[in-house]
Amino acid sequence: MSGDQQNETDDKNKAVSDTNQPGQPQARMVTVSIMGKPALVPDDSTIMRAIEYSGQQIIRGAGCREGFCGACGTIYRLPGDYRIHTGLACTTLVQEGMALSQIPSVPLEKAVYDLEKLTPDVDTIKELYPVTFRCVACGTCTKACPQGLQVMDYIQSAMRGDIAELMELSYECVGCGLCALRCPSEIIQHKIAILGKRLYGRYLRKESKELDIRIQQVKNHEYDGEYAELMSLDRGALSERYYARDTE
Amino acid sequence: MYPDYLKDSLEKVNQTRSKRLELAKSDKPVYTPMNAEEREEVLSGYHPDSASAARSHIRIGPNKGEQLTTEITDLLEAHSMLDPKRMEANLDNPDYETDMLIIGGGGAGCWAAITAIKNGIKPMIATKLRLGDANSMMSEGGMQAAVAPQDSPTRHYLDAIGGGHFDNKPELVRALTEDGPEVVRELENLGVMWDKMEDGSLQVLHGGGTSRKRMVSCRDYIGAIIMRTLMDEVENHPDEISIREFEPAIELLLDDKGQCAGAVLYNLDTEQFMVVRAKSTVITTGGFGRLHIRGFATTNHYGATGDGLVMAYRAGANLKFMDSVQYHPTGAIYPEQIAGFLITEKIRGAGGQPLNKDGELFVFPREPRDVESAAIIRECSSDRNMGVDTASGRSGVWLDSPLIDMIHGEGYTRHQFPGMCRAFDNYDIDIVKQPMLIYPSLHYQNGGVEINERCETNIPGLFIAGEASGGVHGRNRLMGNSVLDYNVFGRRVGKQASEYSKSVELGKLSLDHVIAYDGEMAEQGIDSDLISPVILPSYTPEDVRLHQLARLGNIPARHSILRSRIGCGCGNGKEGK
Repeated sequence: MSGDQQNETDDKNKAVSDTNQPGQPQARMVTVSIMGKPALVPDDSTIMRAIEYSGQQIIRGAGCREGFCGACGTIYRLPGDYRIHTGLACTTLVQEGMALSQIPSVPLEKAVYDLEKLTPDVDTIKELYPVTFRCVACGTCTKACPQGLQVMDYIQSAMRGDIAELMELSYECVGCGLCALRCPSEIIQHKIAILGKRLYGRYLRKESKELDIRIQQVKNHEYDGEYAELMSLDRGALSERYYARDTE
Repeated sequence: MYPDYLKDSLEKVNQTRSKRLELAKSDKPVYTPMNAEEREEVLSGYHPDSASAARSHIRIGPNKGEQLTTEITDLLEAHSMLDPKRMEANLDNPDYETDMLIIGGGGAGCWAAITAIKNGIKPMIATKLRLGDANSMMSEGGMQAAVAPQDSPTRHYLDAIGGGHFDNKPELVRALTEDGPEVVRELENLGVMWDKMEDGSLQVLHGGGTSRKRMVSCRDYIGAIIMRTLMDEVENHPDEISIREFEPAIELLLDDKGQCAGAVLYNLDTEQFMVVRAKSTVITTGGFGRLHIRGFATTNHYGATGDGLVMAYRAGANLKFMDSVQYHPTGAIYPEQIAGFLITEKIRGAGGQPLNKDGELFVFPREPRDVESAAIIRECSSDRNMGVDTASGRSGVWLDSPLIDMIHGEGYTRHQFPGMCRAFDNYDIDIVKQPMLIYPSLHYQNGGVEINERCETNIPGLFIAGEASGGVHGRNRLMGNSVLDYNVFGRRVGKQASEYSKSVELGKLSLDHVIAYDGEMAEQGIDSDLISPVILPSYTPEDVRLHQLARLGNIPARHSILRSRIGCGCGNGKEGK
């Protein structure tokens, strides 16, 4: 994440890095293998900070640094553990002996479509992502998800044409694509998730009558007079109006 | 899990909670909001912009003689990556030609492309990292739009212009607030799933400085939901929109008539400079959080280094309000690994309260951002000494989130704030039951390149939208108005620039403005070793950097990135841990 800077450098938060206050444990160092090369890094680092601590400038494989963008998907193994683990480099802490590789790009072919011509049902899934139906329900995608989402379940929802459930279960998908790389049936789950969300927002939402009315009011120029009046006020009059306004 | 040394203060927060809850459930404000004088007092005393070295005079360019944020002055009083003379042959033989060049693939950039193709123009998006790698992706809490019956666009106008201390350009605020409702509908038609009430009306909440509940939301993932929708739509038009990723623009091109005529891109992989000749050029490069103004941690995206400002300024564009910086009141300070992480203002919109080490409120929780931040800094300052100190040497205040479920019902926090819960769950802190520790974090570039309501600048053919632009927010933006900003002005700029492309006649491409700018620097005796734009910040430890400096006798690889490690304004080398 973005712990790349101190708080403001004057006053109380000054020179944090030089502070060794009593009770603060010294950072212990651990050895991790970064894409094949060992590096000694502080044990409280995220993977991203560890890569940078080792002296590398990340070009691919870093984005929002807060767990939203999916740029920093990473796979790793740990000593004495046969499994492949996954994580986002920005939010996953290093461990002694971790061997990691960043996977900043996932090759895939996104379906190209006109949302206006689709229906929110299984036919759309069949047409745009027929690969979905190769799912063997092995659960590897779910195990691979660094967000801990029930990926296999949302693929099953897609197969049933349950767009609302597809949207709900994939809500927090960051699009890193690690599921798609691990899937033995070569499904591209994260793209199906985006399709599901857009179908829901476009076709399955509840309509807001209030919004219709407001848009019409703006189109009918009902606020033109109030705008003209506010825009003609000088600073003092505007300030008076502002501080006198009531609050809900 | 919070360490033992914080337990006493945590206990005080628990003790004061029931009383605070009672007040929160009444219709009285939980703390008296500040009047104009009190706001001015806390801002002038404690806002980081008020510190003595926060601003300095710029000696060159269109804003010559004005005070800008010091780090911005340093960034602008710097050299180009290019030697214009060596580019002459390339200018005669451009690598790409396009009707419309969009620099920056965030929310505003994607909107610009989507509206341009509706107007029959095929644009090119050139972006530093991947499409959608932008602050747009990271907004959490919501977007302001006057959609509720008890609200109105003009009331939104008054809130926004008051939040900006009445400095905002009125015609921009009108465009922002008047387009809001339609933007909500258009996004919905593209597939954004707004939080709705049972009857289909939009869920609205308060934000700092709002007089009506106006914040529409997608739980706490609004940026990720909108950005992925817009990206997906852009990618649905591969024959009309071309996308160049990992190719940031580093200098604008003018023609011999003084019109903007494209840009020079820098391929981050091959380190080639690529010339793009374009009938119109749109800058949607976002803000500057990664310059770590005044050494602050930031909520911003990795690529937010203010590139658009640099390019536009060298080409002669006016800047507006570049003397003010927004610090988000609530950045995480514990655990250390997520220091700077954005805690959405929606937490306070839903009833969360900032508390000092005794568990007491010291400010109305929903003041405008600059006021709220300054009040938190004051509470932690040696004048009051009411902050909570962490073992890593940070100081902050509590943000009491457990109130939210108590106000709205059990399960509300987990449903409405999945992103916040996830970030703290990783460290065994359950924000449904325990408060968060926060301090202001560098968040937003209030000013930028001056535009009008058609997104035009003082350079023909150069258009700006989103955070890179200046004027709409004055010197302080309210929560939810930047998401609205990039949607409103992204749509507008696509329409305006594509229309302009239909009639403009370009002349011979030129980088003479870069030569002239360098001349001006020399004339003023400016001695800088900084090359800008910076492109990416460096978090390499100091000792490694010193070894890298040995390469400077040669032309170093990725030299702007390397240069950013020495003596520039972006943290002054203080950022290493």
